[in-house]
Amino acid sequence: MRLTATTVIALRALRRNKLRSVLTALGIIIGVAAVIAMVSIGNGAKSLVEGQIASLGRNVISVFPGSATTGGMRGGWGSSSTLTLEDAQAIEREVVGAVAVSGEVRDRQQVLANGLNWNTSVLGESPGYLGIRDWELAAGAMFTLADERSTAKVAVIGQTVVSNLFPDVDPIGQTIRIRNLPFKVVGVLKPKGFNFFGSDQDDVVIVPLTSAMRRVSRRQNLSGILIQAQTPESISRIQQDITDLLQQRRGGGEPDFTVRNQMELADAATATSRTMTALLGAIAGISLIVGGIGIMNIMLVSVTERTREIGIRLAIGAHDRDVRMQFLIEAMVLSILGGVLGVALGIGSSEIVSSQLGWPVLVSTTAVVVAVVVSAVIGIVFGFYPAHKASLLDPIDALRFE
Amino acid sequence: MTPVVQLENVTKTYSNGEVEVHAVRGISLTVQHGEFVAIMGSSGSGKSTLMNVLGCLDRPTSGRYLLDGVDTSGLDRNERADLRNRKLGFVFQGFNLLSRTTALENVELPMLYSVERLSSAERRRRALRALEIVGLSDRAEHLPNQLSGGQQQRVAIARALVNQPQVLLADEPTGNLDSRTSVEVMGVFQRLNNEGITIMMVTHELDIARFCRRNLIVRDGRIARDEAVPDRLVAEVEMQRLREAEAAAKLIASA
Repeated sequence: MRLTATTVIALRALRRNKLRSVLTALGIIIGVAAVIAMVSIGNGAKSLVEGQIASLGRNVISVFPGSATTGGMRGGWGSSSTLTLEDAQAIEREVVGAVAVSGEVRDRQQVLANGLNWNTSVLGESPGYLGIRDWELAAGAMFTLADERSTAKVAVIGQTVVSNLFPDVDPIGQTIRIRNLPFKVVGVLKPKGFNFFGSDQDDVVIVPLTSAMRRVSRRQNLSGILIQAQTPESISRIQQDITDLLQQRRGGGEPDFTVRNQMELADAATATSRTMTALLGAIAGISLIVGGIGIMNIMLVSVTERTREIGIRLAIGAHDRDVRMQFLIEAMVLSILGGVLGVALGIGSSEIVSSQLGWPVLVSTTAVVVAVVVSAVIGIVFGFYPAHKASLLDPIDALRFE
Repeated sequence: MTPVVQLENVTKTYSNGEVEVHAVRGISLTVQHGEFVAIMGSSGSGKSTLMNVLGCLDRPTSGRYLLDGVDTSGLDRNERADLRNRKLGFVFQGFNLLSRTTALENVELPMLYSVERLSSAERRRRALRALEIVGLSDRAEHLPNQLSGGQQQRVAIARALVNQPQVLLADEPTGNLDSRTSVEVMGVFQRLNNEGITIMMVTHELDIARFCRRNLIVRDGRIARDEAVPDRLVAEVEMQRLREAEAAAKLIASA
């Protein structure tokens, strides 16, 4: 094969027609740019959703109270007050693979400190709560099991509470008053942002579960139980075990609780973004094919227009294979060039979208590689017919062509 | 010594549907190394078909064609392409240079298709040498549209020469040129021929044929006449005569 020579010839031919080369590649450039930009935006949206779901915690199973019926009136989800601390303790004791269990009491309270006040959500939790939620402390420490046993008046507070109650004071060691009871701030949480449902997760004061039940909310039932499964694979088994255990503790009958896992939520969310990505990908794929047809179109015109050139080449010793390779290489160079420029344009426009619209954008290496490979393949596929047509020309006819 | 071109009773018949056109009806011809042959004939005489056969662009219907002792009848399309590349150089009426391509790159073209692999430096060196032979080494980076017709034809001659062919085939090389430039181009051919290069040329201009050494006249697909040129023109002398005539014309105009 005289591949190097043929490549030189093809590159010279492209250089002779710079404008036409660029215009031909434009179809591919736009197609690839569309693929890259759309996949990047789709991935960005997906990672945002995944991040929000991950912020709920790792391998989390939640138990919520079910519906309570009083005198024929059914209260709806969460109205039952039968979920207890004992249920949480039984789960911790008996369910295999539940690494951490935290009973939970939720309440909204007016919190006073530092001469300021703020209405926030007060959570009663076990010390294992931060592990379940995959939440870290910015300063201080989480309260301990001993604090829980002694219904200690200690609290860990979120960033929104810090900025509203302690705008310019170090909150650690300070006292906040909840229902007029003094709680000592022992820890400050790292920011976690808004959750999947749009509420501010940092607007929170966490106190030991027992303290919340006896001193703040003054109630015996739980708002929920959070369980962390050891592995993602064990989630559904543990979910079933919890259901069985609670059912057994209630001696059968209609369940007054509901068990959910985070995967169900994640599945729904990722399914949506998967559909979007597939849709955008399909549109972009179509524009790539249109770009390929554009290349074929121009190459066919080019073969007709350059009949005489082909005749000269054949007359002075080009084999049919040389002519075919020349046009094939021209088509491939155009499409690969289009692919590379398209990747640059796609990444550029993704950056613009991310900086101007504030959308999260994630450029995927796979998409970049696939786009370039696909455009090369398009070059070969759509370049072959014109190239073959050129190689079949008869030198005498081609030289006589006007 | 083996003749460079040997045709033995060559015929070429085109069948155009029902009608059969006998373009060449049995030509036998021997051309030795160093000859300078003009093939003449009116249009339709078969001289173009003969030229295509000689150029290995077309295959004879019957008869044998030996180029430099090699029988060409059994060769396929690509083998004939290789033969053209190594043993033949083509000069066309319409120059047939690649547009928007420098003179140097045009001359390099046959080397890109040769079996022998040459480095780009060697290609460049040989192309510059060929341009030097036709007196255009100072125009190497010019594009065809920046060159006059005569210069373009000289670039085409350089391209035909660059692979050191056995025969230079020229198809009406002066057909698109004015008389002065024609003489100039014929001067290049004569110089090359004096250095031992075999040239075969189709023309229908009698005074151009007189620059050659041997004239063939083709009529109805046969060779009607084959004779040596008795009073051969020398391009340099003709050029001098043209210059004198022009000078005289200027004198008359200014007087």
